[in-house]
Amino acid sequence: MLEKALTGSNRYWGWIAVLLAFMAAGALSYVQQYNYGLGLTGMSRDVSWGIYIAQFTFLVGVAASGVMVVLPYYLHNYKTFGKITILGEFLAVAAVSMCLLFILADLGQPLRALNVLLHPTPNSILFWDMIVLNVYLFLNIFVGWVVLTAEKKEVAPPKWIKPFIYISIPWAVSIHTVTAFLYAGLPGRHFWLTAILAPRFLASAFAGGPALLILLCLIIKRVTKFDAGSEAIQKLATIVTYAALINVFFVLLEFFTGYYSNIPGHMHTLDYLFFGLHGHAQLVPWMRVSTIFGIVAIVMFLVPTTRKREDTLAIACVLLFISLWIDKGIGLVIGGFVPSPLEEITAYHPSFQEIMITLGVWATGFFILTVLFKIALAVKEEKMIS
Amino acid sequence: MDIKRRQFLKIAGLSTIAGLGAPAAFNLLLKGESSPVSYASSGGGAEASHEAAPTGVRLAMVIDQRVFDANDGLAQKCTTACHTVHNVPNFGNKKDEIKWIFEVPFEKAFTNKSHYHKNEHLHDSSFLVLCNHCDNPPCVRACPTKATYKRKDGIVAMDYHRCIGCRFCMAACPYGMRSFNWRDPRPFIDQATHNKEFPTRMRGVVEKCNFCVDRLARGLQPACVEATGNTGAMIFGDINDSHSEISKKLAENFTIQRKPALGTNPSVFYIV
Repeated sequence: MLEKALTGSNRYWGWIAVLLAFMAAGALSYVQQYNYGLGLTGMSRDVSWGIYIAQFTFLVGVAASGVMVVLPYYLHNYKTFGKITILGEFLAVAAVSMCLLFILADLGQPLRALNVLLHPTPNSILFWDMIVLNVYLFLNIFVGWVVLTAEKKEVAPPKWIKPFIYISIPWAVSIHTVTAFLYAGLPGRHFWLTAILAPRFLASAFAGGPALLILLCLIIKRVTKFDAGSEAIQKLATIVTYAALINVFFVLLEFFTGYYSNIPGHMHTLDYLFFGLHGHAQLVPWMRVSTIFGIVAIVMFLVPTTRKREDTLAIACVLLFISLWIDKGIGLVIGGFVPSPLEEITAYHPSFQEIMITLGVWATGFFILTVLFKIALAVKEEKMIS
Repeated sequence: MDIKRRQFLKIAGLSTIAGLGAPAAFNLLLKGESSPVSYASSGGGAEASHEAAPTGVRLAMVIDQRVFDANDGLAQKCTTACHTVHNVPNFGNKKDEIKWIFEVPFEKAFTNKSHYHKNEHLHDSSFLVLCNHCDNPPCVRACPTKATYKRKDGIVAMDYHRCIGCRFCMAACPYGMRSFNWRDPRPFIDQATHNKEFPTRMRGVVEKCNFCVDRLARGLQPACVEATGNTGAMIFGDINDSHSEISKKLAENFTIQRKPALGTNPSVFYIV
């Protein structure tokens, strides 16, 4: 089926060329980083993880969100999602691939990455994260490919694929839970040391991921003959609305615990992110944009007219996606390092190369996404013609 | 090839002997004379249930701040001694900074202690902080490759050749005592004082204080302890041996640890 990605319109090839250009720029920057060391980034002794790990964390959520179409279709036989299940699975594949690339980009000694397998260490959450992410990647490629092949041959998917599909559902929850455990189990990092981190991760993931999927469906409708159908899109919008509201609720719980208990450690990072701490307010504009975008998006999702119109729905999805990306892709990880264990405040500014590598990885993800979607949609279009 | 192998076997053999001999050598170090029962003796009664089991050797350090306060520049001497012995590079900027032992004011070292109306002398004194060699180290728990590990004698050590540079240990350490080689450290090591007995590191790995595990094996005191001479500013030894000097010091003085509420059981104690 891969050959279907090799034929396409000029617009398709133009898009591929843009992605390849960003991938090449990212690769060049990575060569620089590889030769110099991670000092080429903006990270430091105090802020020892930066946008790479933040992107990784955010994208694990996007990957996990694939379950929001898989679960209703396969467990509840919700037929409307049948058309877009494959898109959810392939989105997960692209997202997990980006996660793995971001981890590699963040390693000080990338050539030693396999030490994690050579010296398996079950007490390290990173070891488990490596396992759940790779298995999830396999499950989604495998299930997606087998089901799509069956669709191409116009036969029902083989029965033996069912167990893999059923496993992939709790597995999606596991990848984001384990990723939250990377943070939530560290003593002395008050902002992360909260039992609600994993549920909060899942809520924001189930809002952000399907929002992206809605946007992708709307784009696909314009550039191909494939239409996911307004019922599927509206159902996704409902999922996004509930998940976004639950996420806001969880964030407000953090604020309550921090400010009502009045324990300094529980307030410091929230202060730093939203109001400024001892005059340091580097991330305050970002977090305020995130807050405003989030509120506007949720209102647009709640009001029936703006939810039902495709153009306003698209705007709401973009706003929500940006809001959640800032919250998790910037604030959560970088904020967690402020203040440091010695209660010092160190600013972090990603370097030019760091941003280029980040864009390069995103471009790689979209490249994988484009190729996989192209194949899936070609199969579906063929069927529509015949 | 053959010579290389022979050399390797020699070195491997010697290091094994050194490793086996380390506890013995270390015991001789203790001024309270080595006693055959010292390893088995239980150092004091068991405290709270999550305290370390008082069996085996547990190396620890007492920092007597009174002595440091009375001796200007002594703490700086410790830092210099440590950083020279371990070839710690000096980048001259905060972003790349690597440090194993350094001075910080009271409120940074002890963030959970009250700073309200604090004792006058605390305003000017600065405290040496270093890896706490926790009995329950979060960094060891976090490391995905066992590149950082806890030895039987309580030292939390690093294998620079296994470290993949994921920096999970840096996020896990609640004391901020770990440094990362953000770039090649070798050009930033002072050639005049380069210690060829201790390895230099490569870029992309984490490092920290190792309680001078290699010096202990050679029967020496940790470099910082040695730098304090006979001032008594730092006492190093086995706190599970009730006859050791450090155990006596702990029994006679009120000491505090950094962030004890986190349950890490630090092995560095401070007499304020």
